[in-house]
Parts: sequence; structure tokens; C-alpha cells
Amino acid sequence: MSALPESPRSRLVHGERRPLSAVERTWGLVGFHLTLLRRTWRGLVVSRFLTPVLFLAAMGIGIGRLVDRSSGGVAGVPYLQYVVPGIVMASAMQWAVGESTWPVMTLIKWNQMYAAMLAAPTRVADVLRAHWVVVSFGIAWGSGVFIAIAALFGGVRSWWALLGVPIAVLTAMAFVAPLFWFAARTDNEEGFTTIFRLVITPLMLFSGTFFPVSQLPIWLQPVAWVTPLWHGTELARPAFLGDPLDPGHGAGWAIHLAVLTAYVVVGGWGAHRAFRARLEA
Amino acid sequence: MTDDVLLSAKGLTKTFGDFTAVDGIDVEVRRGESFGFLGPNGAGKSSTMRMVAAVSPVTSGELRIFGQDPATHGPAIRARLGNCPQQDRLDEELSVEENLWVYGRFFGLTRAEVRARADELLDFAQLTERRKDKVEPLSGGMKRRLVIARSLINNPELLLLDEPTTGLDPQARHVLWDRLFRLKRQGVTLILTTHYMDEAEQLCDRLVVMDHGRIVAEGSPRALIQEHSTREVVEVRYDVDDHGVHAGPLEGIGDRLEILPDRVLIYADDGDAAAGAVARSGTEPLSTLVRRSTLEDVFLHLTGRTLVD
Amino acid sequence: MLALGLARFVILRNVTSFRRGWPVFLSGFFEPVFYLFSIGVGLGALVKTVTTDSGAVVGYADFVAPAMLASAAMNGAIMDVTFNVFHKLRFAKLYDTMLATPAAPKDIAVGEVTWALIRGGIYSAGFLVVALFMGFVHSWWAVLALPAALVIGAAFAGVGMWATTYMTTWQQFEIIFLIVQPMFLFSATFFPLSSYPEALQWVVRATPLYHGVVLERGLMLGDVGSGLVGSLAYLLVLGGVGMWGAGRRIERLLLT
Ligand SMILES: Nc1ncnc2c1ncn2[C@@H]1O[C@H](COP(=O)(O)OP(=O)(O)OP(=O)(O)O)[C@@H](O)[C@H]1O
Ligand SMILES: [Mg+2]
Repeated sequence: MSALPESPRSRLVHGERRPLSAVERTWGLVGFHLTLLRRTWRGLVVSRFLTPVLFLAAMGIGIGRLVDRSSGGVAGVPYLQYVVPGIVMASAMQWAVGESTWPVMTLIKWNQMYAAMLAAPTRVADVLRAHWVVVSFGIAWGSGVFIAIAALFGGVRSWWALLGVPIAVLTAMAFVAPLFWFAARTDNEEGFTTIFRLVITPLMLFSGTFFPVSQLPIWLQPVAWVTPLWHGTELARPAFLGDPLDPGHGAGWAIHLAVLTAYVVVGGWGAHRAFRARLEA
Repeated sequence: MTDDVLLSAKGLTKTFGDFTAVDGIDVEVRRGESFGFLGPNGAGKSSTMRMVAAVSPVTSGELRIFGQDPATHGPAIRARLGNCPQQDRLDEELSVEENLWVYGRFFGLTRAEVRARADELLDFAQLTERRKDKVEPLSGGMKRRLVIARSLINNPELLLLDEPTTGLDPQARHVLWDRLFRLKRQGVTLILTTHYMDEAEQLCDRLVVMDHGRIVAEGSPRALIQEHSTREVVEVRYDVDDHGVHAGPLEGIGDRLEILPDRVLIYADDGDAAAGAVARSGTEPLSTLVRRSTLEDVFLHLTGRTLVD
Repeated sequence: MLALGLARFVILRNVTSFRRGWPVFLSGFFEPVFYLFSIGVGLGALVKTVTTDSGAVVGYADFVAPAMLASAAMNGAIMDVTFNVFHKLRFAKLYDTMLATPAAPKDIAVGEVTWALIRGGIYSAGFLVVALFMGFVHSWWAVLALPAALVIGAAFAGVGMWATTYMTTWQQFEIIFLIVQPMFLFSATFFPLSSYPEALQWVVRATPLYHGVVLERGLMLGDVGSGLVGSLAYLLVLGGVGMWGAGRRIERLLLT
């Protein structure tokens, strides 16, 4: 074919090609996700923002008024301010689940674009890294905008609330990594509906997002402790209330951080293994 | 000149659990050649191609592509070859040109390179008019052409085509053959799999016939025909359910008889003479056709089965 | 009754094909239960009591429970008539096959809605049992809560099915979600109508779930007044119009 490049550095020249750095490989793959987002972002904005904003209005404002009237708020602050970090983390979780179920299945199985990526000089680790970078940025952006909206309604009392953005990303990744693992091992999409309805909804409702876990029956409380959402919310709430390290709870923040990180690391390890098994058969 | 051996496989084997899809094949392909894998469904062609494309690990045996081991140099190998898999693997939500752009970026090409390359390849695949359209509504043949174009985005030295023309209409197939010829003239080495005899005869300098994961014959199309068939073939059809009933009367005509469900094939170097003998046999055929021998006949002879049902 | 006779085949087919989807089936039941325990009980400990729109002071969980019953009925109906009918209409070509038999479009509409009702009825009955054990049922009027749930289900099944006949892609289901979710949160489910400014109150009053909630709340709290008749009428009319429209649309889609 004509018009081939003159530069000997070009990767179009026959012979051994210049290897790609990890950054180049990731960036090339990120380009795919961004191109796809250009087509789909409108629908996403509606579905991903509407839910948290509706919950903000219903819980924070509607029920909040009832709570404040009866109990004078929760943990010494108006209920709206108490619940905002919970909603931020719960929506980060839902966003994470949305990104790591059907879309992953599409790329694995339906359009097999992951396989197309792996026909290029990339490896499974690059494929996962690129996808997770895109998901993380989406969640960072989404939670940032939501925190700003909540602030307009008087739901945020401290600039420390901005820490909610990285915490939301970490919490989301604590779901994304294990769910990618699950998605790579499943062949049946009905499992996703089950996860959504029978796992994610109860997690959202019973992980200290809308009321302190101490309100739960005693036997249910340890269940909350193992969920990433509870750790994310516990980590974020003191920051939203103006005291990120929450001295009242000692090294609690470090434990939350460690648990969330463990979810990401173990989930990432499993996802990598499962992806290799599935895509490099 | 080992430098000129782009693909070398010795005892190449692929198993899935207990099942052996590729059973110890030996293959060598040199630069500039065009080489074909011919075989029925499930012969192990795609499994072989996927190993050669460095996307599927080798179970045992030795495989070298560009002299490198795919187990250790996968990315380096993939950077230099073009891979047109059997399934399209297009993102149907993206447009035609977007599919080319994003794929080019996977190879670390610059934005400008990708754009220039995509323009050329859209032309190559006759998709320039549809470039802004989503892939989803395109016809199967158009999608196939797009996948072939995409596999060329990195200007590969070695192009792997797994059933490139399946789903294309006859005219599109001929256009594609013409394009592949041009690539070959530019020095691109082609390895392809196909079910189509005419395709193999047109495109391949050399081919192997695969069956049950093994290579059952190897050579140029012409040599294979000479070795495993006669110059001509007479196809005789009867108005009966079982063509076997005529085996007796036809016995002795030509070199060899092959009874198929819907016809009888008579292998003979002089087809007209054999046809005359059929006319005199008193079997009252519906039709008698004399044609030249093809790879189909080679395959039938080697495996006892027809290739395309 | 003849119509229902033919429609029975439509229902039977749904029952058989639904065995595979049991998680979906279960989830439709559990979701309102989860909300009851979380918002009603957990958060309710902080809310304590609430004054209903008819002036009674009740425990928060008692206030939320009837609303969740109404939501369960809605969920059961909506999920089926939207996702399933759409699938059959656009992909499975099931109705075309059915129309080759003597089942008329009207029978199909009635059949689908009846199936949705059976499902909504199962959800609601299950939910009522839970509510009874938790002590959220306060009146003998509550024996009417189950029939009322069926009326709610019929209303949503009718309109849902009608709306589904206009859909052409799966993406359009976002729209149903975008309608159902706000309704679930704002139809005086978790806080009384009086919390809203006057203008918004009229918006809430226009939604079918609000009337379902009013009906169930009245029955389960034993707070029965003439207002319930209006809500009942609203739901009946909605269901009837929906089914009529859906039958006509299916006829148009399949017989042309
Ligand atoms: N990932 C896999 N897991 C298990 N078995 C597989 C896998 N891939 C291929 N096989 C089996 O290996 C055998 C060879 O398959 P392959 O796809 O290589 O055949 P093929 O010659 O390309 O056939 P076709 O002409 O139908 O494309 C088949 O029996 C197939 O079922
Ligand atoms: Mg194949």
C-alpha cells in the first residue's frame, strides 16, 4: 500500500517493531473506551445521576425533615448532612456494578472486543488496567458532581468532603475488581440480575448508608462489617463532617482503608487470573 | 536463510481438556508465500491459526513466528502480524472508521498514522461511503471486509486470515482475492484457512489438508491434484434414492468410483471417454457432467468425506 | 369468561418459562421487604412517629409498610408486562404463533395482564404475611389489602403493557425505570403528602402509585374513609383503559 511513513521509528515499518511502553498500551486501550463513551454518555448521565439526586431529595430532604423533627438529626448533624456521604458511596457502588456486569460481558462474549484487543501487542493486565482507569475517572467525575449538587442543597458542611471523591473511587473499585472476576467466570447473565437485586440493593440499604449500623439487629451488624460499602461510608462520613481522621474512632480509618484496598488487590488478582483463563484459551 | 522462515511449527499440539484439537502438526511458511489450511468443520484450523497469531498458548510442540517464541515474545509477534479471526469482533455501536481508529491505537500508532491508514483501508475494503455509519446495520459481507481492513491497520508482514470470505457473495469474493493478490505482490506473507476449493486454488502457493487435527496432505494445489486425483472427473446423477445401486454397472469405468448420496463420481484421465462408457452402461442417468479435477476431489479421496456439505 | 379461557394458554406459557428466572422472581418480592426493614424499621427508629395525611399519628414502620405493599404490587406487574411482553413481541415472535391459534389479540392482552396479576398477587400475599408477623397490620380491613393489591397490579399492568407496545429498543426501558423509580420514592411512600409544597402535592396526586398507597394505607391502618373510593376508581379506570389500548395496539402490530 502507498503512503507509508518515512520515519524509521514508526511502528508501521516492517521488521521488529518498537515495543510499546505500559503507558502507551494503556492509553491506546483507553482510547477505545473513550470512543465508546462518546456514543453512550447521554444515557449514562441520566441513569447515573438521576438515582442519587432522587435519593438525595427523598431521603435527605423528605425523610430528613421527619428525622430531624423527632430526633434532632443523627450523630449531631442534620440528617441531610449525615446521609449525603452514604448516598455518594452507595451510588459509587451502583455505578461500579453497572460498569462491571453487562458492559464486561459484552466485551468478553458478545462483541468480543477484549479478544480483539489481545490480538494487538497488549496483555490481559493492560486490558484490565485501561478499563479500570476509565471506570475510575467516570466515578471520580460523577461523585464530584454529585457532591457539588449536594452542597447546593446544604448537604455538605466541610471542604474535606472533597476527599469523598477518592474514597468513592476506592470503594467503587472494591466492587469493580471482584465483579470483573465474577463476570469472567460466568456464562449466564441472569446472575447479574440476581446480584443487582438480591445483593446490591440490600447492601445499599443495610451498610450504614441511611442510618447507623448500630440500629440493625445485633446479628446483622457483622454482615455490614464485611461489605466494602460500609467501610467506604465509614471512611467518608467523618471527612464530610469535617474531621477526616475521626479521632473518636482511633485507627478506624486505617482499617477501613486497608479493607477496601484488600478488596481491590484480591479482586484484581482474581480478575487477572480469570481473564487469562477465559481470553487466552 | 532461517530469517526467511516466518512460521515454523514442529509437533504443534493444542488440547482443550481431554480433546485434542491440533495433533502434532509440522508446518513451515516462508516470507512472500501464501499458504493455506484446508479442512472441514472442526479440523483444527482456527485452533492452529490462534496459536500462530500468538493469542492462544501452545499445549506442546515448538512454534516460532518471525523466529520468536509466542510464549515469551507474544506482544512483539502480534505487533508485526495482521489477524483476521473467524468471528468479526467488531464493536457494532461504533462507526466503521472508529473501529479502524481504535484498533490502530492498540498497536501504538500515532493518531495521524491511524487516520491515514484508515483512509487507505476503507478504500481497500470499498467502505469509504459507509465510513460514518454504525457497524450494526452493515451486511455480513461488509463487516467481513471491515475486519480484513482492520487486520491490515499495522501494515503487517504476515497476514492471518481465518475464513476470510465466508459470508461474502461471489463478486465480493473475487474483489477480495484481487486485493489479497496485490498484498502478496507487495511482499506480504499470507496464511489463510478456507472451506472453498476454488479459493485455495486461486490464492495458495502451497497448502495443507487438515482433518481431525492432523495434516493429511501437503503441497501445491496442482501437485495435490496430480497426486491424489485424476485429470478429469465425470459426475453422474440418477433418479434414485441410493446411488449405490449403480455401483455394479459402472464398475471398471475410469480409474476409480466414488459413490456420494446425490451422485456418482468417476475419476478418469479422459473424461469424455468415461462419459461415453457411462452412456453405454445402460444405467439411464439424469445427467452426466465432465469437469476438471479440483481440490474437492483431493479432499474426498483423502478423507472419504465432502468438504462443503 | 371465554376470553380468560383462551388467555389461560398465555398464562400457562409464562408460568413454564418463568421457572428459569426465579432469582428475578424472588427479587421482585424481596426488594419491598428490604426497604421495609431498612427505611421502615432501621431509619424508623430515628423517625419514631409520623402524622398521616388523614391526621392519625402512627409508627414510622406502620406508615411505610402499606406503601411497600403497593410498591410490591406495582413491581410484580411492571416487570412482567414490560420486559417480558417486549421480548415476546419484538424478538420471540411468540404472539405471531399465538395468533395463528384462535387466541385473539384481546385474549393475549388479558392473558398477559392476568399473569402479571398472579405474580403481583404472590408478591403482595408474601409481603402481607411478613407485615402481619412484624405487627404492621392493625385492622380487619386488611383482609381487603390483597384484592386492593391486585387492583394496583392491574392498573400498572394495563398501562405498562400499552406503553410497551410503543417501544422498539431495549434502551427505551430506561424510560420506564425513570418513571417507576421517582414514583416509588415520592408517592407519599416514605413521607406524607403534606411534606410537599401545594403545587407538588397535585403532581403526586396524579400518580397511580400514590392512589395505591392511599388505598393500602387506609386498609392496613384501619383508617377507611370515602377518599378510598376515589383512589379505587382511579386505579380501575387506569387498568381498563390500559388493557383496552394494549389490545388494540397488539392487534395493529400483529395483524397488519
Ligand atoms: N476454546 C475451546 N474449548 C474447547 N474446545 C474447543 C475450543 N476451541 C475449539 N475447540 C474444539 O476444537 C476443535 C477444532 O476447532 P477449530 O475451531 O480449530 O476448527 P476449525 O477447523 O476452525 O473448524 P471450522 O471450519 O468450523 O471453523 C472443535 O472440535 C472445537 O469444538
Ligand atoms: Mg475455524
